[in-house]
Amino acid sequence: MAQTITEKILAFHAGEREVEAGQLIEADVDIALANDVTAPIAIAEFEKLGVEKVFDNERVLLIPDHFTPNKDIKSAEQAKILREFAKQQDLKNYFEIGRVGIEHVLLPEQGLVLPGDLIIGADSHTCTYGALGAFATGVGSTDLAAAMATGKVWFKVPETIKVVYHGELPPWVEGKDLILHTIGLLKVDGALYQAIEMTGETVSSLPMYGRMSMANMAIEAGAKNGIIAPDEITLDYVRPRAQRDYTLFSSDPDANYCRTIDIDVSAIRPQVAYPPLPDKSRSVDQAAADNIAIDQVVIGSCTNGRIEDFRLAAKLLEGKKAAKFIRLLIIPGTQDVYRQMIKEGLTDIFLDAEALISPPTCGPCLGGHMGILAAGERAVATTNRNFVGRMGHPESEVYLSNPAVAAASAILGRIATPEEIV
Amino acid sequence: MSNIEGKVWKFGDDIDTDAIIPARYLNTSDPKELAKYCMEDADAGFAAKVTAGDIIVAGKNFGCGSSREHAPIAIKAAGVACVIAPTFARIFYRNAFNTGLLILESAEAAAAIEEGHKVHVDPAAGTIKDLTAGQIFQARPVPEFMQRLLDDGGLMEHWRKRLAG
Repeated sequence: MAQTITEKILAFHAGEREVEAGQLIEADVDIALANDVTAPIAIAEFEKLGVEKVFDNERVLLIPDHFTPNKDIKSAEQAKILREFAKQQDLKNYFEIGRVGIEHVLLPEQGLVLPGDLIIGADSHTCTYGALGAFATGVGSTDLAAAMATGKVWFKVPETIKVVYHGELPPWVEGKDLILHTIGLLKVDGALYQAIEMTGETVSSLPMYGRMSMANMAIEAGAKNGIIAPDEITLDYVRPRAQRDYTLFSSDPDANYCRTIDIDVSAIRPQVAYPPLPDKSRSVDQAAADNIAIDQVVIGSCTNGRIEDFRLAAKLLEGKKAAKFIRLLIIPGTQDVYRQMIKEGLTDIFLDAEALISPPTCGPCLGGHMGILAAGERAVATTNRNFVGRMGHPESEVYLSNPAVAAASAILGRIATPEEIV
Repeated sequence: MSNIEGKVWKFGDDIDTDAIIPARYLNTSDPKELAKYCMEDADAGFAAKVTAGDIIVAGKNFGCGSSREHAPIAIKAAGVACVIAPTFARIFYRNAFNTGLLILESAEAAAAIEEGHKVHVDPAAGTIKDLTAGQIFQARPVPEFMQRLLDDGGLMEHWRKRLAG
């Protein structure tokens, strides 16, 4: 029977020759991860089971990235639970603040998640790793705890929506814009319980950082996972990083899809998602015409915190300054991204532009710390969610965009097109 | 598991987990603490007015967004006995059962039942009775194993009991 890439990876990990949508399976997990918000509950649940050791001390990953560097006493207590557990269980992949980064930027970068893997994470943006050709999905802390103990998880095999992107990317249009546009079409529950497989000539020529922005936001359409078949671009990224073997899967040409959507990207403009949902995407021209004054710009996150994202922002910010009353925050995704920013002179460009450079952290993306909004304030952010109160006060607002639009907006103090700057 | 009878609080479509429990309160996982802020960004007064045994009736895609298990934990600890919605976001759906929060899918009930109504829920039969309006709706019955899991207070307590025999 013809299979999709999602079905093939699930079948492989369930020890089956094939699986079909709707089937319940028990599968082996390659990687189980949690962060400083979700791991404390997972660890407490794990301890209820009375199991002594995690199933594999190299495959259970703890990444304290949300409220670190510890924002307050309670956060410090939470982070301490991870640290103590990592010591007790001798976890190989625990990341102290000098090594940590935003989990979904860090793990691909370090070659810890690989093509063909089955990955679960107590973080909804775990779906990012689908960009590598892995099956990756977010779960709650209790599901994660069970997997930490047993190395297994049950799933219902999802149906797959195939999205085919064709045409050449117009200037300033990024993977971020493709996924915002797609979520605008599907809506926030358009892929509920389903997989989104992203294909087509546009995706085939899209670099890894753009693919990661796309897979990252599959959850914003309600999807179980987003996935892109691995190719030469994937292998160029993975080969120098991989620390273990991996397997390449791809969909059969006659595989079953519940729905196919064709998108001609050549007509797409950079997108801006208006509050309070990621599916409220409009063209940046519309947003610029709406003359939306802003107070803060955040460039970073698991969606857009990779070196290429900062190169793009620097292209606009070079020789320019953030507007006088704009708080411009640059948040490199990992220490390696930070170091590369320094090497390439990007940090100088950002400092000259009067940006504040933050250590790697999820920070303001989820309204944690490092840039919280007051009532009535507005931000443009390269993050993934613009729900009510997401970055601070319930009466503040977040507009989502790519890094070029965010940089242009910081300079002009309102939502702006990149063309207004360059 | 026993039947539920409670007063209804209504919410709209796409209630996300940031609205259910904002991240500013995620520096703890203590259920009592989380309950104080339950639904704060959807209805700031909710935690103060909800009483034990009440029922949330919401629109589609309830619990979308983050994987935080703090969301169903906060709802349950606030005293809410059941959430009824046409659909639930995938991660929230699993998290609700895993933490012992009863949820039922019914588009008809979610559309018809109004705030303040008295509603009776029979999880085993899957029936939802609006006692105020005199209407009955049918959701998928909660299977017996899942009722036991809910009675035990969630997946891990359930397994602990089962393993202890």
